[in-house]
Amino acid sequence: MSPTTHLEPRAAAGPDRIPGHGTVLPTHADAMLARVWAVLESVPDPEIPVVSIRELGILRDVRRAADLPDLIEVVITPTYSGCPAMGQISEDINLALNAAGLAPARIVSVLSPAWTTDWITPEAGEKLRRYGIAPPQGDRPAGIQPIRFMTRNRPPADQPPCPHCGSVHTERLAQFGSTACKALYRCLDCREPFDYFKPY
Amino acid sequence: MTQQHLAYVLRLADNALILGQRNSEWCGHGPALEEDIALANISLDLIGQSRLLYSHAAALETALTGQTLTEDDYAYWRAERQFSNYTLVELPHYGPLAGTAHAAKDYAVTIVRNFLYATLMAHLWPVLEQSSDSHLAAIAAKSAKENLYHMHHAQDWLVRLGDGTDVSHRRAQAALDYLLPYTNEFFSADALEDAVAASGIGPRGADLKAAWLADITAGVDEAGLKLPTTGNYTTTGKLGIHSEHMGYLLAELQSVARQYPGAQW
Repeated sequence: MSPTTHLEPRAAAGPDRIPGHGTVLPTHADAMLARVWAVLESVPDPEIPVVSIRELGILRDVRRAADLPDLIEVVITPTYSGCPAMGQISEDINLALNAAGLAPARIVSVLSPAWTTDWITPEAGEKLRRYGIAPPQGDRPAGIQPIRFMTRNRPPADQPPCPHCGSVHTERLAQFGSTACKALYRCLDCREPFDYFKPY
Repeated sequence: MTQQHLAYVLRLADNALILGQRNSEWCGHGPALEEDIALANISLDLIGQSRLLYSHAAALETALTGQTLTEDDYAYWRAERQFSNYTLVELPHYGPLAGTAHAAKDYAVTIVRNFLYATLMAHLWPVLEQSSDSHLAAIAAKSAKENLYHMHHAQDWLVRLGDGTDVSHRRAQAALDYLLPYTNEFFSADALEDAVAASGIGPRGADLKAAWLADITAGVDEAGLKLPTTGNYTTTGKLGIHSEHMGYLLAELQSVARQYPGAQW
């Protein structure tokens, strides 16, 4: 599901088209939309500025509005329900498009399909790691799992490797870190604390 | 589109908002920095869920009545009797072993409540992902993921407290004895839940009880605690009849919006 080439249409990962709104032009057939994609490539996540909103999977689509073909619609999806950065992201998108002479655009927020850390591209995962944030490991917490404690004698098996020294000998300090999407860990070898981008 | 459909979405929203508001009282007062941040993050998720649900309710209400409402109208401009959250989520953080002063918050009460509520939602959100209301299903899909982290946080701490020191064990047991009777309300029969179940919008609370109880029993066992009996009394928050604590909570929640109507920030 990782969108790796941003100029391609991405039916698999993109939001569902709104029923009854007719055919939307394929992204790559429209130079204007391609320019918008290119401009938005430079919009970083406000809390993790080393990755773009496209790389994090927040930017879902760029299209022409069904009701006003001259109007560009930028489709984004929130990460966590209460993510306080969504307002900032909308502002940043508008600023970037303004600066490029592509405004005005309409920003549409969609909930389905729900954002997932699976959409974070491998390149972005590597950028996160170099920035000191361990990228999400594949395994999301299972659905109903009555007991999944960090008990004294049974450390959970899914410890993320330290982004600084690569050691897998790490431990969780707190399940909730500096932002909603991260947990706080510590490396038991190099002793550095680090953020872990939680699977979602 | 029915009045019951709207009322059901508001019930979900009210639970998320009121628990989010309650838990946010720990912001700046957590027992440790990590827990301060954890409770603030959990509150942020809950209030975020309530915003999505209130916005959805506003759309439903517009379709029903033609009135144009926003999420803020529900959060800030309704009176106590119009809120339909479970009584459990509005209770203060001080438990039976603490003083009654507002400052005497007991983390065991906070953790046990989050454990009871998040475990319920771990069963409810996945059912709502199949709701005949596709927008509600989309909100449920996001909320289910967040809720698992809330549940695991509460479970971790339940074990640490229950299987910790004598004092922490005693407080955790007292919190459980105090709060478990309030969960009768999760499962009490109700015309509204019958109506939404009939139209495929959501389940009856009673449908979730067996699975919830199995998880609660396992968690309580792991923590070395005893599951108390719940008694026969059923609270009525979901019907709009609240405890004496609700008015104070709303007064704090709504005061700024009511002092400065229409303010933008």
